[in-house]
Amino acid sequence: MTQEAAVHLSGVTKRYPGVVANKDVELKVMPGEVHAVVGENGAGKSTLMKIIYGMVRPDEGTITINGEETHFRSPKDAIDAGIGMVHQHFMLADNLTVLENIILGSEPVSGVQIDFADATERIRSLGEAYGLKLDPSVRVEALSVGQRQRVEIIKVLYRGARILILDEPTAVLVPQEVDDLFDSIRELKAEGQTVIFISHKLDEVLSIADTITVMRGGETVGTTTPDEVDARQLAEMMIGSELPNPETRESTVRDEIILDVEGLSLSSEDGRELLSDITFSVRAGEIVGVAGIEGNGQAQLVDSLIGLTTEATGVVKLNGENISDDVTRDRRSDGIGLIPEDRHRQGLLLSSPLWENAALGHQYGAPYAKSVWIDKKGAREQTAEIVRTYGVKTPSVDVPATALSGGNQQKLVVGREIMANPHVLIAAQPTRGIDIGAQAAVWEELKQARADGMAILLISADLEELIGLSDTIHVLFEGEFVAELDPSEVTPETLGTYMTGSARAETA
Amino acid sequence: MTGGKLLTAVVAPTIALAIAFLLAAIVLRLVGIDPGFAYAEMWDFGTSTESLISGVNRAIPLYVSALAVAIGFKMGLFNIGVEGAYLLAALVAASVGALYSITPVLHVLSILIVAAIVGAIWNGLAGWLKVTRGVHEVISTIMLNFIAFSFSAYLLLNFFQADSGGLTVATAQIPDTGWVPSLNFALEWFGVEPRAGSDLHGFLVIAALLGIFYHYLVNRSRFGYDLRASGINASAAHASGVNPNSMVLKTMMISGALAGMVGMSELLGFSHQYVQDFPRGFGFDGIAVALLGRGHPAGMAFGALLFGFLERSALILDLRDIPREIVTIMQGVIVLTVVIVYEVISRYVQRRTVAAAAAATAGADDKVEVGT
Repeated sequence: MTQEAAVHLSGVTKRYPGVVANKDVELKVMPGEVHAVVGENGAGKSTLMKIIYGMVRPDEGTITINGEETHFRSPKDAIDAGIGMVHQHFMLADNLTVLENIILGSEPVSGVQIDFADATERIRSLGEAYGLKLDPSVRVEALSVGQRQRVEIIKVLYRGARILILDEPTAVLVPQEVDDLFDSIRELKAEGQTVIFISHKLDEVLSIADTITVMRGGETVGTTTPDEVDARQLAEMMIGSELPNPETRESTVRDEIILDVEGLSLSSEDGRELLSDITFSVRAGEIVGVAGIEGNGQAQLVDSLIGLTTEATGVVKLNGENISDDVTRDRRSDGIGLIPEDRHRQGLLLSSPLWENAALGHQYGAPYAKSVWIDKKGAREQTAEIVRTYGVKTPSVDVPATALSGGNQQKLVVGREIMANPHVLIAAQPTRGIDIGAQAAVWEELKQARADGMAILLISADLEELIGLSDTIHVLFEGEFVAELDPSEVTPETLGTYMTGSARAETA
Repeated sequence: MTGGKLLTAVVAPTIALAIAFLLAAIVLRLVGIDPGFAYAEMWDFGTSTESLISGVNRAIPLYVSALAVAIGFKMGLFNIGVEGAYLLAALVAASVGALYSITPVLHVLSILIVAAIVGAIWNGLAGWLKVTRGVHEVISTIMLNFIAFSFSAYLLLNFFQADSGGLTVATAQIPDTGWVPSLNFALEWFGVEPRAGSDLHGFLVIAALLGIFYHYLVNRSRFGYDLRASGINASAAHASGVNPNSMVLKTMMISGALAGMVGMSELLGFSHQYVQDFPRGFGFDGIAVALLGRGHPAGMAFGALLFGFLERSALILDLRDIPREIVTIMQGVIVLTVVIVYEVISRYVQRRTVAAAAAATAGADDKVEVGT
């Protein structure tokens, strides 16, 4: 290869007090290629990307961009050098329009006015060139997750990026959106853009990347191409051990019905039906899966079951008792556990210590509270127990939740819910955005809880997870259960056809 | 962790104070006054026994007001209505307290309860408006302040005014069973004998108890947990079973009950009746003190004492032909710099904590070599 690399890192080392986050990292990204960087959380991917993007300065090593050695002091330098980053958690202002979000910070000016016409024109042409179609005048709050991501990508392109870093871009997307994203990435590549794609979803990496660099324990353990490896080999490079597997072995379904939902319906204020006539039940020791493309009523279903939405009609019974009119607090203390789909939004108090986070949702009694007081000692002990049992990596139970990696935050949430031993656990996207190791741990815990007789409602966008864990799968499409499927007979492909509404089956 | 806490708790206010004094010095210099001279005069005057007592007396209502504001802050509610609530509560409590005479301690307690109830109802109105009509509490409490000013004047003139024959419009005197005695006797134990007329208000003790109450309520009770959780992440608190509406209502009422206590040191310790020019402004200054103390019970005590001291020592400036508004400027700058410096330092501490946690957990991973 005589061509100059777009990004070339050599011998890059970054130390934090006591440990090395990146050690002697070698990364060579050629111009116009899609280069995937894979590795577990904590493998050093994020630090590495922050180094490329100028957010973190390496202690040793050289960074060469397009043949020129660089020393970025801040992301601004990186942007000036044509590097753009799309973060996993979007950084958009909900109440501004797409246009305003994109030009924010680099507004085109004519005189003292912002030249909106010019900006609109540029956004449209960017959108057309890269297959990123968007209406610039729409407010961001009205957009789906996939569309928001497009806004982020266009924003980066708008600033003239030639090298794009996409940090776990598919973690928040549903399969169809992933396809759209990949089409866009191919367009970007065709136009000569260089894409660095961070992921731990190996199938995706294999389908989109030209080159793959694997990281483990802060080091780059190898570079390969999709032709040379399959998913299993890649995963083994990543974790250096045997692969996890979501499959549950034998049925543990018992007779008693724990959660019984009948005719649950919900309409939006403008009369749209968000949920219509949802009927199902979950037995002890059973995992009932709910498949569906995001936005088909999953959030409303969870909110109605947990009592956050009070407008729903229909009957919800817990252990035979009608709880349809109960408030959230009663439902939770009666034994409904919740792993929320977005742990940052509904599951954690990021700035509070871990022990206060462990108490969240369980602050009404032992071990977290005694009469009207919070029992700090009991709560800390319980949290230490969760940390031990569920392998949450943390220096103590007193650090703020924000100090933990996503996978460890999720383990804490999963741990506190299962540890509370609810009658029914609502697990919404329980492994979203976490790495393979943590994913395997969460699956294992769910399986164990099921074996112990817990009733679990699993709402997931990960079809393999659904098929592997569930005893029964319902498909949610436009607020309706359109099919009930047996996971032992269904493939992701057939599940996909139900999810997109192109097939319907009679529910049993 | 403790290093980080110490850093934010001590370094931030110290830096803020230094910046505030520096900026005020620049302003003084600009108007042609030697800042060294002004500060020396303030210090000399402000540290006399009488000034210190007066400073503490000023700090008491400020502190109680800060507590009332801070409890709202903890769940992201901005109660601007402490001002109106305490005036109204003082008026009603003064009138009710003057009607009877019972055992001293009980009399005081009953007056306090009346004041707390009036304050709770008045600020509770704002909570009720927010819950039922979605009116933002900043708007409603500002409006309720104006209503309280006029309403209390109306009530005083038409219903609660005593026929004293004097020139002042005031309620009847509360019998001395309803007075809170001065703490000068305690000062004398330490060999401090203030001049006649310089009394350390006994309400200091009650204010300290309210501070302890605040601490336990916010930091130790289940209610406080729900309160703080709602302030940090309302969606997560809701999902955990906290009813946001009842939380808003309860918090506004507790804030109002504390607001009702603001005027009590003046009423029970000094004037013993509600006069038409009952001291005002503690409700607004309390917002500044709450910000200054970051909602921490000890921090707010420090802030209240600082403000009390500054206001007292400002009195000398007039006599030396120095505009005493300089103190108001300093107060404003202190609050601003504290907010900014605190934010900067807490970000720094948070980054450090995150890095340390990442380092500690990565250290548990044997694949990562420990650097030298």
